[in-house]
Amino acid sequence: MSSEWPLWEVFIRGQHGLNHRHVGSLHAPDADMAIKHARDVYTRRNEGVSIWVVKSVDIAASSPSEKGPLFEPSNDKVYRHPTFYDIPDEVGHM
Amino acid sequence: MYAQLVKSEGKSQAELTPEDIAFQERIDRGEKIEPKEWMPEGYRKTLIRQIGQHAHSEIVGQLPEGNWITRAPTLERKQILLAKVQDEAGHGLYLYCAAETLGVSRDQLLEKLHSGEMKYSSIFNYPTLTWADMGAVGWLVDGAAIMNQVPLQRTSYGPYSRAMIRICKEESFHQRQGYAIMMKMATGTPEQKRMAQDALNRLWYPSLMMFGPSDKDSVHSVQSMAWKIKMNSNDELRQKFVDQTVPQAEYLGLTVPDPNLKWNEEKGGYDFSEPDWDEFYQVLKGNGPCNKERLGARVKAWEDGAWYRDAMVAHAKKKAARAVAAE
Repeated sequence: MSSEWPLWEVFIRGQHGLNHRHVGSLHAPDADMAIKHARDVYTRRNEGVSIWVVKSVDIAASSPSEKGPLFEPSNDKVYRHPTFYDIPDEVGHM
Repeated sequence: MYAQLVKSEGKSQAELTPEDIAFQERIDRGEKIEPKEWMPEGYRKTLIRQIGQHAHSEIVGQLPEGNWITRAPTLERKQILLAKVQDEAGHGLYLYCAAETLGVSRDQLLEKLHSGEMKYSSIFNYPTLTWADMGAVGWLVDGAAIMNQVPLQRTSYGPYSRAMIRICKEESFHQRQGYAIMMKMATGTPEQKRMAQDALNRLWYPSLMMFGPSDKDSVHSVQSMAWKIKMNSNDELRQKFVDQTVPQAEYLGLTVPDPNLKWNEEKGGYDFSEPDWDEFYQVLKGNGPCNKERLGARVKAWEDGAWYRDAMVAHAKKKAARAVAAE
């Protein structure tokens, strides 16, 4: 029969309360085994306190050709950054 | 290196399309290439070969050390060796996943390994005869691997670069535990010191071969270096390895088995003998001391595990069907 185990994407939350972060992928027959494999493959040195796995085929991704229309509009909006505003030194830290 | 003699599929200057040229410019600017982006077919194929060979090397590389797990001299050494071999399995998995983003499946890659179509590093076709070899392998083989893998963290292909970053983080432990074994042996009984020297004698030249043939015979380097999937020339890395390793051998009180080894003030590095390249090509062709044993062990593991992989799929299907029925 020999069907290949599906591919899963692995997300790990580190110790310090940050978001789960994508760390890589692995093969596993189902979600339970994917979590067990993820523990062995991606947390051998205390890298995490929580694991998410999701089947790779279930991830929808933006296409590289859309890069321009998606991300360029934010390029010319410098006023969204704090450094756009000059605050006099006398005012102190802001 | 872990990838030796990887055939590169470049085009001649006249055949380059505007897409090819724009692609090269992206690489020259230091941009990372990501899986779904356009890439020349040659870049994709060369990367599959290189990452695949690298992954196979990690997996086959478990065997020479696995050989000593049950015979480690102390429980602590056994735990350390077990952890190292487990790391190698992990490194293989990271790399297979990186290769899979290029449109090849892990099972396809394994099939090519098992049929002999794809290679793994020549170094793993040498036997590990004594406990001192566990020291020499960590110190020399992982040391040589680090030399190649550190610059590869900057490679142009995003998933490969990220896998290398993970691997490098873990690899330093491998070299240090090996050197620690060598220190113990070299300062032990005369018999232990003799074993350490013997391990160095046997593994020195095979380690130098890991970097691949001399630059003058390395036909695929130019294209791979332009694509930044190879960052340094073979001879450059080999020189760096020798310069780094000789003082470490001296500290151990061991002798590098090369009568021509000599510091060259002018070039600021050691002069040294090249390994026997005929032997290297013979080992790559499958005629090394352990080729049949290593590949045989891999094929057996794959075949013996087939029922388990299939059972897990059947079980997952049954569970999924039950969950649907319960809804």
